[in-house]
Amino acid sequence: MTGRQQIARALLPLVGVAMLLAVWTLVNGLKLVDPVLLPSPTETFRTLWEGMTSGKLGVDFVKTVARTISSTAIAAVIAIPLGILLGSSEKLYRSVEFLIDFFRSTPASAMFPLFLVLFGVGDRTKISVAAFGAGLVILFNVAYGVMNARKTRLLAAKVMGASRTRVLFDVMLLESLPQTFVGLRNGVSLALVIIVVAEMFIGSTDGLGQRVFEAQQLFDMPGMYAAIFAAGALGYALNLLFLLIERRFVHWAGR
Amino acid sequence: MTSAAASVASGLSSGFDESRRTAPHVTIRGLSKRYPDAVIYDAFDFDIPRGKLISVFGPNGCGKSTLINMIAGLVPADSGEVLFDGRPLSRVKFGYVFQNYREALFPWLPAFDNIAYPLKLMGVPKAERKLRVERLVAHLGVKIDLALYPYYLSGGQQQLVSIMRALIVEPEVLFLDEPFSALDYEMTLFMREQLQRVFMETKTTTVLVSHDLEEAVYLSDYVLLLSRHPARVVEFVPYDAPRPRTDKTMSESSFVATKAHCLKLFQHEVRRG
Ligand SMILES: Nc1ncnc2c1ncn2[C@@H]1O[C@H](COP(=O)(O)OP(=O)(O)OP(=O)(O)O)[C@@H](O)[C@H]1O
Ligand SMILES: [Mg+2]
Repeated sequence: MTGRQQIARALLPLVGVAMLLAVWTLVNGLKLVDPVLLPSPTETFRTLWEGMTSGKLGVDFVKTVARTISSTAIAAVIAIPLGILLGSSEKLYRSVEFLIDFFRSTPASAMFPLFLVLFGVGDRTKISVAAFGAGLVILFNVAYGVMNARKTRLLAAKVMGASRTRVLFDVMLLESLPQTFVGLRNGVSLALVIIVVAEMFIGSTDGLGQRVFEAQQLFDMPGMYAAIFAAGALGYALNLLFLLIERRFVHWAGR
Repeated sequence: MTSAAASVASGLSSGFDESRRTAPHVTIRGLSKRYPDAVIYDAFDFDIPRGKLISVFGPNGCGKSTLINMIAGLVPADSGEVLFDGRPLSRVKFGYVFQNYREALFPWLPAFDNIAYPLKLMGVPKAERKLRVERLVAHLGVKIDLALYPYYLSGGQQQLVSIMRALIVEPEVLFLDEPFSALDYEMTLFMREQLQRVFMETKTTTVLVSHDLEEAVYLSDYVLLLSRHPARVVEFVPYDAPRPRTDKTMSESSFVATKAHCLKLFQHEVRRG
């Protein structure tokens, strides 16, 4: 591939963005949609920029990041060791599989009232519901990663004289890492969803969810779009961050 | 060179220690194994000679893998015993090479650390591990960049790394279960030479399961021909062409005759089923 072709390929993803912006500008320019409902791209991105750099949006953004990260961290700290424990014994996993699947299928939003009763209206409720949802996703993935460790690799370690603990730490744990990262990525996405919803509806005074909701209530459309884009960028960035960490630590995945 | 192999070599050259020279290395007595739908072994007896390379050959599914897996403790036997110079497996250092090198190596470790891993398990300090791997590499004349992760190596190189990982503990016995069957033909030919070289260098008692009769005869001192299950020894065919064997060996009459003999027995076995 020549240098020029490489550059062209790298720019390909921007085509879709350019198209969206073009359509948006066109629709806005021709006033196909009421400009009050759909402000121009320039106005929206100016609001986004100003909000992020000097306004309240930046503060809300940081709040949401902090809540999402802490709930994911709590989920990971509990779910990873538990997943390894469950995964290392197929019997143990099978005995709780139904429970895990059941609660994994329960919409986390249905748990809000319960957690509200337990923790009151505050950060603890938001973070614990998000941690609960993310934790189950992580747990399930880690356990499967451990259970599906390549049999030959376990046998190879055993035949070289590795003890059960050695096999667990030297082989099973590393074997499960790719799946663990799948769990972490899905977990952090789910945590963000739950946090944003919680910020909207559970008496919150800050956070991106509250920001979107408030802008809508005040009919501040540029502010609302700006907050939505901020939330989108956050979700995308978190996913990317975990992908980068994964590439660094699980260099062998998929090889 | 292992101490066991060394004593064999000196025994051969000086005529010293006659009893050890002829004593089998591994004795298998009354080994039985059944799966729900078949009896694979029923009171199987066999002696594996010391310092020889033997190939195990037989019909598909007759129990070749099961045999070496039971000897190496990967699969429990229903009854019977396997002793290495009178000692149980737990007191013996052995090496095992899997067919599926991709799934047998650890992709999170560079090739070098893969080879050194058994030493780590034995608690050998890091500096000495490095020394011993380097010594083995020099000894075998291996030219692979061992700093690479296994997935950057070719199939043959990966299997060579597997074999080195098995050899690093200076095993008394080396087991290989169809080690080359996942490689292309060119690589297979190359790896046969590598294995022959390893064997000539170390004289380690070696048990090779092969589904390729030409390979089985070419590489081994004896071919163990097994019957359909319940597996019996059809014949233990000696082949004593001098090493190093080369392409020329395969056109010699003794090679052709031995191979033809094995093939005849094998076909008889297959038809019998
Ligand atoms: N875990 C198992 N459960 C049930 N049957 C088994 C199991 N492992 C092996 N067998 C059966 O035992 C027989 C011997 O298997 P084994 O793998 O030892 O044969 P093999 O000679 O190595 O065959 P191949 O030529 O395919 O490598 C086969 O018929 C196989 O179906
Ligand atoms: Mg087999």
